[in-house]
Amino acid sequence: MSFLNSVFSTKWLDRGDQAGSRTMPFVLLLLVVTFLASFCNLALPADSVFYVSTYTITLLGKYLCYAMLALAVDIIWGYCGILSLGHGAFFALGGYAMGMYLMRQIGDRGVYGNPELPDFMVFLNWTELPWFWQGMDQFWVAMVMVALVPGLLAYVFGWLAFRSRVTGVYLSIITQALTYALLLSFFRNEMGFGGNNGLTDFKDILGFSLQEDSTRIGLFITTALMLSLVLIASHAILKSRFGKVIVAIRDGEDRARFIGYRTERYKVWLFVYSAVIAGVAGALYVPQVGIINPGEFSPVNSIEIVIWVAVGGRGTLIGAVIGAILVNYAKTRFTAIMPDGWLFALGALFVLVTLYLPKGIMGLFDQFNERRNKNKAVDVQETAS
Amino acid sequence: MRNSLIILACLLSMLLSTAHASSDKSTQALLIELTTVKLNKAIPVLKALEENDGDKMLPLFNTLLKGQLYYVKSNKDLLSIEKVDGKKEYTDVFSGEALEPLATKLTKKIRVNNKLRRFLRDSIARIQLSSSEPESREKALISLLSQLDESTINTIRSLKVNESNTSVIELMDVAIAMYALSNSAEATERLQAVRTLDGRLENEVRNLLVSTVKNEADIKVKAAAEKSLASLEDRIENYQFVNKLFFGLSLGSVLLLAAVGLAITFGVMGVINMAHGEMIMLGAYTTYVVQMMMPNAIDYSLWVAIPLAFLVSGSVGVLIERGVIRHLHGRPLETLLATFGISLILQQLVRTIFSPLNRQVESPTWMSGSLDINPVLSLTLNRLYILAFALLVFGLLLLILNRTSLGLNVRAVAQNRNMAKAMGIRTDRVDAMTFGLGSGIAGMAGVALSQLTNVGPNLGQAYIIDSFMVVVFGGVGNLWGTLVAAFTLGIANKFIEPITGAVLASIIVLVFIILFIQKRPKGLFPQKGRAAE
Amino acid sequence: MSIIDSALDNTRETFRRDQVWSFLKEKEVSVDVSHQIILYIEGLSVSFDGFKALNDMNLYINDGELRCLIGANGAGKTTLMDVITGKTQCDEGSVYFGQTHNLLEKDEAEISQLGIGRKFQKPTVFEAHTVLDNLELSLKTNKGVIPTLLARLSSTEILKIDEVLETIGLKDHRMMLAGSLSHGQKQWLEIGMLLVSEPRLLLVDEPVAGMTAQETEHTAELLKSLAGDHTVVVVEHDMEFVRSIAKTVTVLHQGSVLAEGTMDEVQNNAAVREVYLGDES
Repeated sequence: MSFLNSVFSTKWLDRGDQAGSRTMPFVLLLLVVTFLASFCNLALPADSVFYVSTYTITLLGKYLCYAMLALAVDIIWGYCGILSLGHGAFFALGGYAMGMYLMRQIGDRGVYGNPELPDFMVFLNWTELPWFWQGMDQFWVAMVMVALVPGLLAYVFGWLAFRSRVTGVYLSIITQALTYALLLSFFRNEMGFGGNNGLTDFKDILGFSLQEDSTRIGLFITTALMLSLVLIASHAILKSRFGKVIVAIRDGEDRARFIGYRTERYKVWLFVYSAVIAGVAGALYVPQVGIINPGEFSPVNSIEIVIWVAVGGRGTLIGAVIGAILVNYAKTRFTAIMPDGWLFALGALFVLVTLYLPKGIMGLFDQFNERRNKNKAVDVQETAS
Repeated sequence: MRNSLIILACLLSMLLSTAHASSDKSTQALLIELTTVKLNKAIPVLKALEENDGDKMLPLFNTLLKGQLYYVKSNKDLLSIEKVDGKKEYTDVFSGEALEPLATKLTKKIRVNNKLRRFLRDSIARIQLSSSEPESREKALISLLSQLDESTINTIRSLKVNESNTSVIELMDVAIAMYALSNSAEATERLQAVRTLDGRLENEVRNLLVSTVKNEADIKVKAAAEKSLASLEDRIENYQFVNKLFFGLSLGSVLLLAAVGLAITFGVMGVINMAHGEMIMLGAYTTYVVQMMMPNAIDYSLWVAIPLAFLVSGSVGVLIERGVIRHLHGRPLETLLATFGISLILQQLVRTIFSPLNRQVESPTWMSGSLDINPVLSLTLNRLYILAFALLVFGLLLLILNRTSLGLNVRAVAQNRNMAKAMGIRTDRVDAMTFGLGSGIAGMAGVALSQLTNVGPNLGQAYIIDSFMVVVFGGVGNLWGTLVAAFTLGIANKFIEPITGAVLASIIVLVFIILFIQKRPKGLFPQKGRAAE
Repeated sequence: MSIIDSALDNTRETFRRDQVWSFLKEKEVSVDVSHQIILYIEGLSVSFDGFKALNDMNLYINDGELRCLIGANGAGKTTLMDVITGKTQCDEGSVYFGQTHNLLEKDEAEISQLGIGRKFQKPTVFEAHTVLDNLELSLKTNKGVIPTLLARLSSTEILKIDEVLETIGLKDHRMMLAGSLSHGQKQWLEIGMLLVSEPRLLLVDEPVAGMTAQETEHTAELLKSLAGDHTVVVVEHDMEFVRSIAKTVTVLHQGSVLAEGTMDEVQNNAAVREVYLGDES
């Protein structure tokens, strides 16, 4: 079983500054861009050169949700070496929690006009709301669920998996099985989540119509703020001694145990933290795209997240964010120009990045910086002598 | 048109040579009469046809029964018109050969009513009962069991005298007993009938016994019927158990085929090949292409497809190993991602070349049909063959690993790569061979799968997660573990399925494995020792 | 005011971290060594696929002694350490730390927190961390999740780390990544990690492999100075080194104890001579 060891034996000789000191400037940049884009949408006339369409705003909002999801994967994969191929599940669960709230907000404006039951339940001849839909018309209950459900699932799953020391590819496979099982479950009408069609036709959120430009801007800004918050929090967590233990677990879990750390507990809590971030990302995603369906659980989606992180550079927080935005931008452009080509491109991206760019774009950036610094140092020496 | 005329002419000459004298009109004349006769006068014509030339008339009667019998207005030729997928298919009634399509107004349908249908059914049964093949006589009898009336019973009685085949005689007895049980006024006769029926598994017998238990006035007959019914249901349950077991084994054999290649690459190289499913898909498409190349020899196409699929998938596997996996040695998670990328590319490639639609692969005749053991239990031949094929592949693989020098090298690398290298084994070559072997087996699995489902770009995806589960459940690096795991999961799935439905069954199995892995992270049959750490 | 003050005091008392949050409380571990023995190993057997790595081994380590374990490859030295530190499950036997702590019931982290530190044969340090971080992680502190999340280096801890850095000669390399240290420096760093964790019992697996003669001497000094306050068990192949540090030597052979005594006693032991010298002659 030597390969199980080798999973973690990859040399990670990157910067000593693990969490990356670039987080704060990046957050600032993110916020500036967000507000600028919002301003350009709201304050400028539609024929202005600098006008940003609401379509673009929604697209950007979507990218930021993906970025948050990528961040969640990066935190456990890049920093702790846990490759989850099932993070789409937490994203989708958060999304479903939000979707349930939005569904209840429709009220009697649905096709069947039932004030209590969502359309699909009327269609299935259900007469009362299932217990797990109770209270979901309250925003705060839904928000608690957004964090609680993915968190709880991650806790139970992580507790079982890490306690019995399932690591490496085994863990990846069972996370994949987890999201696959959820995919199958949510396809069933009996589950009470709208089956195949999922939840859609949302009208408004907290009383604001989802069709309004201002609501969309609001959602976009909220997403940017949440992403910033998560970036800062993750930065702080990973800079703390806890974060050092996490990286120590990645590079030598046995060793970390031998110096007295209950590594499984660290991993479980990090996993829960990551799952909650994914859940929040899902919750922000749903009102912006207007639908959540079981397709979000598909294992392929979850693996795609991993490639965003790999492209950006795992083990760097902003790398994950940049990777997610870049890959998804490419996807948008590609599918518009040549829809059939996208999967070729994505497949090639998987192969090329793992082969030639193991540290992603951030790694390239670092190399470039190092070289420049060296040159500078040489220059300084030369001028001195 | 010309074809049908020739056939009719042949038929005519045959009729003349056999020279049946039982009817005063020739078959040819009767057939022409059939196109003009009124509905209520059609029975005598049909009867005459049956008496004249029963055997030959079967297709005609069947077509008529289905309401697909037409004739050409101009020359009174009979033909069958069947709507398949909204398209009309024209065939000759007697030979079944395809005909040129005709304009709708040139043909006219020969109509049937219920009375005619009843006659036709009886008539078909009578014709079949006098067939020279005992098997078709049996089939005819079974189809008669649900619609026994006095005339058929009389026919059966009269035919029984000359019957020599024992199982046909038994079935005839069953029919007579069933008729007696439902119609006889004598309690003793009914009791006798129940005794005769005891031990039969036919569904009709069961229905009759159920209604007897409900409606019978005589206590003795009722008690006997109850006892028979109880033992009947016991036996049916047992056979259904065997049936489920068979389906479980069948699913298990598919899982085994899909997973065993994965088990080798995973066990020896510690590599998760996410493109393994696509190797299966390539094998299935190879089968499809082979069939396209040799449309006239479908029966033999599989014998070409199996080695070819092995070669195609195997060489793609070697290419992947040489091109990508080799460079990611010792980084299993990266390998997983890279092979996933390859799987996306292969899927899209197939979509581009063959279209995203599913393709149908034909089964050779020797694989279609089923092995009927009794009325409750029949095993489909294709599943049976695939089960045997899976075990054969498994056996061959064991042989390769345990008896050849390649196998020795593979096992050495699996146990201790560095030591193997030090001993002069060319581990890179062993890796390539192992990967090729694993992928090749996946290709053969694809051939097998093409016989069970449609072939499409997503074929591999459907099986990949299940295959992973099998490998992980069985324990990595242990082929026997894979075997046990595949059949356990297959059987478990098929036994849970009737209770919960198919989707919930697979969910339950998945959740079970997730829990199981956490209890025993190294699977059912883990490798032990310091090397395993 | 005084009412408020006393109420505040009460509240503080109620929410005193060590009382309310049991996981925040640092558990004081006491090791009962009233019989002068710190480690009891009795009837210990471990087998891998039929191969008996340990075979009914009995071994007692006195509190504060420096014991050397020697033996050929496969004698069971590393397996013994694996069992003591909880890495390997044994088939039968018992391992007690002091009178009360049954080590077989505990996992690696718990055993480490009891005060048993281990240095591996191959130097294993956290390569992506700096030397300082490596030492910080090894400090003897509360290693629960939340205390670790909130932890800051206290001044005493910084002093302790400085002291150890001095001892292991890595003072100038404190901000260097452990991965870029030389092999010998990694060895020292690992010894340093052992030192900052202030263990009661040190298990040291081949400490001088890959060290220069000077470094070896330095290590010998260090280990000797540790004995007394700590109990040290050293596994080593280098007989010269063993002779320089050991009072008591235990010879392992095929999973059990072959002989025990001073270096000279052991070298003159007939059984030992047969096993070792018999092969050579």
